[in-house]
Amino acid sequence: MEILKKIAQCLEVGDDAGVPPLVRQALAEGIVAKTILDDGLIAGMNTVGEKFRVHEIFLPDVLLAAKAMYAGMDVLKPLLLSAGVSSRGRVVIGSVQGDLHDIGKNLVGIMLKGAGFEVIDLGNDVAAEKFVAAAKSHDACVIGMSALLTTTMPVMKEVVDLLNKENLSGKIKTIIGGAPVSQNYAGEIGADAYGYDCAQAVAGVKKLAAAVP
Amino acid sequence: MALRPQLKFLSAELLERIVAEARDILCRLGTKVQNPRVLEMLAEHGAKVDFEKSQVLYTNSLLDRCLKSVPAQFKLYDVLGNETHDFSGSKIHFTPGSAALHVLDHQTQKIRKPDTTDYVRYVQLLSGLSHIASQSTAFIPADVAERVSDSYRLFLSLLYGEKPVVTGTFTIESFQVMRDMQLAVRGGEKELRAKPLTVFSCCPTSPLKWSEITSQNVVDCGASGIPVEFISMPLSGFMAPVTLVGTLVQHTAETLSGIVISQINSPGAPVLYGGSPAVFDMRYETTPMGAVETQMIDCACNEIGKYLGLPTQAYISLSDAKMLDAQAGSETAMGATLAALSGINNISGPGMLDFESCQSLEKLVLDNEICGMTLRLVQGIEPREDFPARPIFEELLREQHLLISPHTRRHLKSEHYFPGPVIDRANLSRWREEGSLTLGQRAHQEVERLVGAWSPSRLAAERKKELCALMEKEARRWGMDMLPARPVEA
Ligand code: B12
Repeated sequence: MEILKKIAQCLEVGDDAGVPPLVRQALAEGIVAKTILDDGLIAGMNTVGEKFRVHEIFLPDVLLAAKAMYAGMDVLKPLLLSAGVSSRGRVVIGSVQGDLHDIGKNLVGIMLKGAGFEVIDLGNDVAAEKFVAAAKSHDACVIGMSALLTTTMPVMKEVVDLLNKENLSGKIKTIIGGAPVSQNYAGEIGADAYGYDCAQAVAGVKKLAAAVP
Repeated sequence: MALRPQLKFLSAELLERIVAEARDILCRLGTKVQNPRVLEMLAEHGAKVDFEKSQVLYTNSLLDRCLKSVPAQFKLYDVLGNETHDFSGSKIHFTPGSAALHVLDHQTQKIRKPDTTDYVRYVQLLSGLSHIASQSTAFIPADVAERVSDSYRLFLSLLYGEKPVVTGTFTIESFQVMRDMQLAVRGGEKELRAKPLTVFSCCPTSPLKWSEITSQNVVDCGASGIPVEFISMPLSGFMAPVTLVGTLVQHTAETLSGIVISQINSPGAPVLYGGSPAVFDMRYETTPMGAVETQMIDCACNEIGKYLGLPTQAYISLSDAKMLDAQAGSETAMGATLAALSGINNISGPGMLDFESCQSLEKLVLDNEICGMTLRLVQGIEPREDFPARPIFEELLREQHLLISPHTRRHLKSEHYFPGPVIDRANLSRWREEGSLTLGQRAHQEVERLVGAWSPSRLAAERKKELCALMEKEARRWGMDMLPARPVEA
């Protein structure tokens, strides 16, 4: 389908003004919203992600592509909702209590949105209870936590423990990131995943979201 | 007097414009200060404060007043009370990069979490590195409760080492015990005020924000006479304009706001005009400290700080490499050289790898020699007994060499710096005969030698005891009944 390719290409060059008319045209051609989302917007973002990984393009290009993706999503959202297609899932993110480092967390948030997730960003200095309460009230399937200080890492464990205590660990998955934490640490505290950069964060969340019933 | 070789990036006109623009930002956009107590103080001193939004608009008269009360220089003293640092003019002092999460283990060549033994060895080593003037709390031992990881480093540094310490807290609560430790060393409040022992790093959050913790730290340090270094960290292209000038405007605004927070509560409180600005690498999502642009910004910040009449600091002379390799050496040496030529008073970085995340004892030994070379560099070229020139040449022609000339013996040690054993100057045959050692191996041998040569700090035994009591109490407060065993008697 030529038009979907065009949408993907628009994303790749970060043309956010170009995307909505193309999406409308695709709808007029009778393509269903879900197909436009999957084979146009998300396909385009996937190409962008790969080009970024091999340094063919840089971070600003990815963010522009994400912006173009949101522009397309704005057109599709009402249709997806009425067709009963849910978003890829809601993700609650935040920097853990005591930690003011939020640059990495913010980037991860932007990229998750670009990948089609609904992101609820709780900001920084977020207590364990707040993560869990927000995930419950927003019906989120994943909690993403960021810590850059050795002193604040334990809050991640508190969140995992709290989810276990409330018997939510099957419904709400956890992913962690930031300089002092590692795959090992994730294993140690029982977090479901770890990621060292945005691409990994997106891949990790996708996998977790898919695993939540 | 020798000409002090001096590096400059900013014309007078550009520098003044940057400062003027930074003032405009502070007066019209202001900063956030997420600390109700500090907001109150700012309001009392004439800043326009929106308490609801925690937003502060500064005024030029407030800025002028604070710039007037901030000291142009100050000194540091070691654990025994001897002067070690004169932060004034273009005098330079090196300090290891601080607060790394990891160490590079020489045996395994792996990056891993450090423990108490690593930290004690670090302090022992640093005691023997003559070109690194202070300790920093260089990394975080992972064998204590996370909540004491900031105070525990200072404790070990004060217990085992004599050099003053560049440090900082991770929370508001840790300040108290970290201050009490210094009081224990000095013997009292007045004594500590008269002879500062530490410098605390306090970071604004780019863009244009002071968190509750760090703004409180600035105030608390000021009240106790503990010097502060402001570590503003704009990231060019991400949390700051992509241009170097734009980044400098932001750094200037953030640091000026720090000076205000420090001076309104404690006029005359000693501070370093510091920073750890960096460009943001748009490919890897990282903050390269070895980037040439990062280093240019650091040097230019120093020029602005000096123009404003303050002693300076910067995070320069470190590397983003993960091993002690050629990248580690070249980035560090380039930074150290630029910093020395710029006259940055407190140069932070030695030992550090991986974007401020990993310390290496072997790298500290190499960097100590790099520091030695740059310290020589800034002494410049000075005529000694060189004029008239004819007599020494008559001697040379007569004797056929000058190796044992009195002139040589008088000036050899001050004219030539002798690095080693890490920097290799042996001829090929000797190098082979001595085992064809790599730089890493030579550095490791030197680490072992210096750790072995360490002798306990001469701090009085009862003060050491008091330090231990303070630390044990703090550890209990956070649920640790016992501190980890220490590898040697302090
Ligand atoms: C920039 C920075 C700051 C800025 C933060 C600005 C902000 N708005 O965030 C400022 C200057 C304010 C700052 C302050 C402090 N800092 Co700081 N800071 C850094 C620095 C240099 C870079 C961090 C960064 O932003 N990197 C760029 C981003 C893009 O990378 P990232 O955060 O790692 O995120 C990526 C990945 O980790 C991952 N990721 C991150 N989060 C998540 C989450 C999920 C779910 C996933 C999957 C992935 C993921 O993806 C991200 C994108 O690639 C680090 C050193 C380092 N190299 O990490 C020190 C560092 C973390 N800071 C440190 C310290 C000590 C402090 C202070 C305590 C200093 C002080 N005394 O005031 C204060 C903190 C106060 C507090 N309570 O939080 C230490 C930590 C030491 C320790 N052992 O804990 C470090 C290691 C530097 C050092 N050696 O001193 N800091």
